[in-house]
Amino acid sequence: MTRKKVRPTMKIIVTTKQVPDTHNIVGDAMRPDGTVNRSVLPTIFNPEDLNALEEALKLKEKIPSAHITAITMGPPKAMDVLRESLYRGADDVVLLSDGRFAGADTLATSYALKCAVQKLGVFDLIFCGRQAIDGDTAQVGPQLAEKLGINQITNVCEVVTVDEEGCTITVKRSTEYGEEIVKSKFPVLITVTSSANDPRPASAKRMMIYKSIGKKSDAVSYTDSAELAWTRDLPAPYINYIKEWNLESVDADPAICGLNGSPTKVKKIQNVVLVANEAKMVSGDDEGISALIKELVSEHILAG
Amino acid sequence: MSNFFLDNEDIKFHLKNMDLARVINLKENYFSPETKAQVGAPRDQEDAADNYHRVLEIVGAIAGDFIAPRATDVDREGATFSDGKVNYARGTKESLKRLKDAELMGFTLPREFGGLNLPKTIYSIAIEMISRADASLMNLFGLQEIADTIYKFGSEEQRKRYLSRFASGEVTGAMALTEPDAGSDLQSVMLRAQQNSQGEWRLNGVKRFITNGLADIQLVMARSEDGSTDGRGISLFIYERDHSMKIRRIEHKLGIHGSPTCELQFDDAKAELLGKRRMGLIRYTMSLMNGARLGVSAQAIGIAEAAYREAKLYAGQRVQFKKVIAELPPVNEMLTDMKTTLEASRSLLYETSRIVDIKEGLEERIEKHPESKDDLSNDLQRYSRFAALFTPMLKCFATESANKICYDALQVHAGVGYTTDFNIERLYRDVRITNIYEGTTQLQVVAAIGGIMTGVLQERLNEYENLHDFTAFAPIVPVFEMVHAFRTSLESGITMVKQKADNKFQDYHARRITEMAADTTVSYLLCIDALRAKCERKASVAAYFAEKAHSRILGNLNTITTSFEEKNLFEKHIKILE
Repeated sequence: MTRKKVRPTMKIIVTTKQVPDTHNIVGDAMRPDGTVNRSVLPTIFNPEDLNALEEALKLKEKIPSAHITAITMGPPKAMDVLRESLYRGADDVVLLSDGRFAGADTLATSYALKCAVQKLGVFDLIFCGRQAIDGDTAQVGPQLAEKLGINQITNVCEVVTVDEEGCTITVKRSTEYGEEIVKSKFPVLITVTSSANDPRPASAKRMMIYKSIGKKSDAVSYTDSAELAWTRDLPAPYINYIKEWNLESVDADPAICGLNGSPTKVKKIQNVVLVANEAKMVSGDDEGISALIKELVSEHILAG
Repeated sequence: MSNFFLDNEDIKFHLKNMDLARVINLKENYFSPETKAQVGAPRDQEDAADNYHRVLEIVGAIAGDFIAPRATDVDREGATFSDGKVNYARGTKESLKRLKDAELMGFTLPREFGGLNLPKTIYSIAIEMISRADASLMNLFGLQEIADTIYKFGSEEQRKRYLSRFASGEVTGAMALTEPDAGSDLQSVMLRAQQNSQGEWRLNGVKRFITNGLADIQLVMARSEDGSTDGRGISLFIYERDHSMKIRRIEHKLGIHGSPTCELQFDDAKAELLGKRRMGLIRYTMSLMNGARLGVSAQAIGIAEAAYREAKLYAGQRVQFKKVIAELPPVNEMLTDMKTTLEASRSLLYETSRIVDIKEGLEERIEKHPESKDDLSNDLQRYSRFAALFTPMLKCFATESANKICYDALQVHAGVGYTTDFNIERLYRDVRITNIYEGTTQLQVVAAIGGIMTGVLQERLNEYENLHDFTAFAPIVPVFEMVHAFRTSLESGITMVKQKADNKFQDYHARRITEMAADTTVSYLLCIDALRAKCERKASVAAYFAEKAHSRILGNLNTITTSFEEKNLFEKHIKILE
C-alpha cells in the first residue's frame, strides 16, 4: 500500500512563540529585582518562528493540499501570534494554554508541546524557529524532536527539495565550518534560521477575515458562556475559532509541566546597562573624514 | 523597520478625524444582512474603520520596509526592452510579488470578485505611501482603476471573467488611450475597431505612451464608427494579450524608470466591446481618467512627502555658519512652505476622494436599488458636479505643489542634492511627470473652470459654511476671517471674466481663476481640519497657508483687473514672440 492512499494530505506543524520585542525596548524593561517586566514590553511574533512559518507556506505553495497547523503555548494574549499565522496562510491554529504550564523552562515547554503534537495526530514535518529572542536557548526544537523520537535538522538556512511521494526533505544547514546538505525521511523536525527567507506580509484579506477570531476551549462548555466571539459562521476552508487546549486536553502529566517540571533555576541576574552616546554626523567630504580620523587617533581607537 | 503609515502623523490625523460614516455606509450597503454575511465583511462602522487602519498598517510596512529600500536600484536598472519583450527591474518584480502576497491588488473591488471592498479614500492613502517608497511602482499598483472600470461598465459576465484575476494579482492592466497624434486631444484617436463577419471586434493601429503596455488585460480606446471624426465615434474595448499585439519600443524617460512606457502595435487583435458603442471616450474614458487623476495626485503627494523628509533630515544635520541650516531663515521658510503645502494638498486629496466615494457609492446604490432613485438622484447630481470640479482642481494643485516641494527640497540640499549620492535627485525627476500625464495642468484648468464659473465651487463652500461654526475654535477665528475674504476676491475675478464675455479672455485667465479657487478651497479645508480636531497645530498650518495664499490671490486678481481694460489682450504677446 502506498503512503499516498493512506494519508493524501501532507501535514505540517509550525511552533510559534509570542516574545517581548527586545529590539524595541521602551520604558523600564527590567524590574529592580532583575526580572523582566513583560507588561511594559510590546510583544511580537518571535522573528525566526516567522521564518519557520514561511518555509511551511512556501511548501504549501508547491503542494496546495498541504495542511499547516500553527501552535503556541502561552497566555490567551498569545492568540495574537496565531492570528498573525492565520493572516499569512496557516490552515488551523492551536493555543496551548493553562496556568499549570506557566513558568516552564525548555524541558517543560518541549514536554507540553510534545503532548500537543501527539494530540494533533500523524504529521510529516515540524518547522520551528531556531531560537526565540527572549531566552535565546535554541533548545525547545531539539528537545521536542527527542521527545517525539523523530529526526531533527537544526540551523536550516534553505529547503532544497521536498519529495512528497518518497516522503523525504533535503535541506541546507549552517554549521560552524560551512554548510551541509542533509536529507531526511518524514517525519522530521526542522529548525529554521533568519537567513532562510524573508517572511511574507500578512494578507489584507485574511486579516479582515480573522482579526476578531476568538478561541474555544475543548474543556469548557460554551453553551451558556458570554464569550461567543468564535461563533462566526465562515465556510470551509476557513476556521471559526482558535482551538484552546489545556493540560487535560493534551493528556499531560502536571508533575512535569510548568514550574513543577522545570529544573532550571535562576541563580542570579546581572543587569547590564549599555549606555549609547549621542550619535555624531560626519560629513562625507575630505574635511569631515580627516577630522574623524584625528578624533579616533586621539582616543586611541586607531593607531597614530 | 519603518512603517510609512505609522510614522506619518498627518495621515493618522486625517484618518482619525475625517468623517467617513457615509462613505462606509455606501461601501457596506448600510450593513445589510446579505453584505454582513460576506466573508471578511465588517460588522459595523467601527469595525470597518478598524479594517482601514489595519490594511494601511500592512501597506505602510511593505512600503517602508520592502519597497523603499529597493527604489534606488529600480531607478538605476529601470524597465528594459529586448527582443520585443519588456522586463521589469528586479526590485519592481519583487515588490509586485509582495503586494500580491498581501492580497492588495483588488483594493477597491467588491468582495464577491475577490476584492477588499475599500473606499477610494483609503486607496488614495495607500497610493500615497507606495509612491513615497517608489513613485514608479505606483504606476503598477495604481492601475487598479482598470478593473474598476470593467466593474462599473462591464456586463455581469465580463465582471466574472476578469475581475477576480485582477484581485488575485494574476493579471495586471493597462489603459491604451494615447496615440502619436492623439495626446491631450483624445477625440482624434485613429486606432480602428471593426467587426468581422462573425461580429467579433478586431483592432488595428498604434498606441503610444502606454504605461505598463505589457499588461495582460488592456482597455483600448478605438474608433468604432466608420466616417466619424470626433469623440462620439469612439468606443472602449477589452483586449487580452495575445500574439496580435506587438510592443515596438519603450520610452527612455527622465524619471519613473521602473514603470515601462510602451508603444503598441495592434494587428487584427481580437477584442471585446466594453459597455455601449460610442460611449468610449465621452463616458468610460472620462470616468477612467478621473480615477487615474485622483491616483496621480496621491502619487505626487507621496513623492513630495519623501522629498520633504529628505530635506528636513538634511537641513537638520548640515552645519554651515556654525549652525544647522534648518535654523537659517531662508531654509526654515522653505521647509515650512513644503510642510504646509504638503498638508494642504493632502486635505484636498482626501476631500476629493471622499466626494468621489460618495458619488460612486450613490451610483451603485441606485443601480442595485432602483426604487431609491427618486430619493438619491439629486444628491448624486450634486456629488457628480463636485467630483467633476474637485478632481481636476486637485490634480492642478497637488501636482504643481509637489513639483515645487521637490524643487525646494533639492535646493535645501544645494550641491549634493544635484548628485546621485542623495535620493532627492530621483524624487525631483520622478515628480516631474505628475503634472503632465493623465492630462496636463493646462488641461485640468480647462476641466475645472466650468464648475468654478457656474457656481459649483460656491455651492460647496456654502455647504462648508453651513455645516461648520468657524467661531467655535478661537485659534481659527482670525484665519477664517481672512479666508472668507478670499471668496470675495474669487467672486470679483469670476465677475470680471463673465463681464468681458470673451472666450479668449476666459481661456487666458482660467489658470488664475482655478488657482484662486484652489487656494480658497484649501484654506477652507485646513480651517475645517483644525476646527474638527480642535487642533492648534493645524490652526497654525491653516494660518500660514492662508497668509501665503492671500498674496497669491491678490496677485492673480490684480493681473485679471489690469488686463480687463486692455483692448487687445494679446498684442504684447505677439510682439514679444515675433
